[in-house]
Amino acid sequence: MDKLLSKDLLGIRNLSVEEIKLIFDTADKFKEVLNRPIKKVPSLRHLTIANVFFENSTRTKLSFELAQKRLSADIINFSSSVSSVKKGESLLDTINNILVMKVDMIVMRHPNPGAPHFVAKNIDASVVNAGDGTHEHPTQALLDSYTIREKLGKIKNKKIAIIGDIAHSRVAISNIYALQKLGAKVMLCGPSTLIPKYISSMGVQIENNIENALKWCDVANVLRIQLERQKDKFFPSLREYSLYYGINKKLLEKINKDIVIMHPGPINRGVELNSDVADSNNSIILDQVENGVAIRMAVMYLLSLNKV
Amino acid sequence: MTNKSRLFNKERLEITINRLCHQLIENHNNFENTVLIGLQPRGIYFLDRIKKNINNILNKEIETGILDTTFYRDDFRSNEIPKARETLIPFLVDDKNVVIIDDVLFTGRTVRSAMEGIMNFGRPNKIELLVLIDRKYTRDIPVEPTYCGIKINTITSDRIEVNLAEQGFDKDNIWIINK
Repeated sequence: MDKLLSKDLLGIRNLSVEEIKLIFDTADKFKEVLNRPIKKVPSLRHLTIANVFFENSTRTKLSFELAQKRLSADIINFSSSVSSVKKGESLLDTINNILVMKVDMIVMRHPNPGAPHFVAKNIDASVVNAGDGTHEHPTQALLDSYTIREKLGKIKNKKIAIIGDIAHSRVAISNIYALQKLGAKVMLCGPSTLIPKYISSMGVQIENNIENALKWCDVANVLRIQLERQKDKFFPSLREYSLYYGINKKLLEKINKDIVIMHPGPINRGVELNSDVADSNNSIILDQVENGVAIRMAVMYLLSLNKV
Repeated sequence: MTNKSRLFNKERLEITINRLCHQLIENHNNFENTVLIGLQPRGIYFLDRIKKNINNILNKEIETGILDTTFYRDDFRSNEIPKARETLIPFLVDDKNVVIIDDVLFTGRTVRSAMEGIMNFGRPNKIELLVLIDRKYTRDIPVEPTYCGIKINTITSDRIEVNLAEQGFDKDNIWIINK
């Protein structure tokens, strides 16, 4: 397989194992490029890419932007908070106005699940989903799996625990799809108020006790408690959450097992993860960020091949 | 009607590679400031053979790297889509003499993209080109080899088929196919 089957990357759900492996293989090549004295290739110099963010983002936006610059694409950035969306412009009108300026690819983040799918259906340009509500965040899942593969050598039969706020996490959904497709066993762990009932139908194990989850897993992917999405009280207090689900050095020493620690960022230090774990040798959190650029370069490069 | 004729067999290939190695030594002495870079996919096999040959003659290891030009090509969107291959250049080329090694010189576009790629590893003192086969009269870009195994007259529709032991073939054979 030399190319992706779709013009868009909207989620992991519809991606085949071969496509994921192609993205990983291509990311390997881009990772080498990123270690050269001049970290730039001219592959996408013919493309203009719009980063359209209807929701805040720091690392995803930076990572996409850097990946685009490393590929020599022209880029424009759009942020809904300082745009005509505030004046009542519809999503499709906004996108079409951007496209008419000869934009070839849209990288889009939106608070509503399915928004990128709607846009992709209505335009010819490629759409990359950079996170849609609580639905999917495909490039995050790809870089997570890629980083696990890099650290452990393979993903098949590895045990991955995704810990924390599953209910509000698009990272969790995309990770479950990616990890299962690549042959890993997945467990979700958190208070039952943060684990939606439907999710057991995805073939994952559910565990409410953090110690049991950590004893079981090879990798703990710790999710952020999304403070901005906690209007309803899902747990009594952050202090209590930290007490029952926070991972610290003492807990890991008690389990006495080498567990790889991941986090998609930004970390609430002292809540889901203590600094003595986040900054330890077992943590591959910064590798995730580094690999994010190579994965996003691979995705945009491969999608550009479909536009011949 | 398709006409297939042999340009190289194993013995002929050995003689030619040996001659090319001596030409390289003539110009680069002990390779103190010279590196060889083979181009993916088949240039790397010739790089390997040339490296071994020179190592035997000079009794020293010379510095080599391999380069994939996919990300630098200007025609990757109009051709059959290439899969990116490995690049491994574990040194800076600043102020070095670089010899690019490839199997066939056709339009010159691969060599152009290779030169762009190499410049990303520093500013070389000089770049030379070694090819086994130079297809005359097919150039899109004014690129000429510094060292050449054989020059042949071809038209665009002709094809060169390179079968090497390294690729899993029983014997080395290089053919020209006229359609």
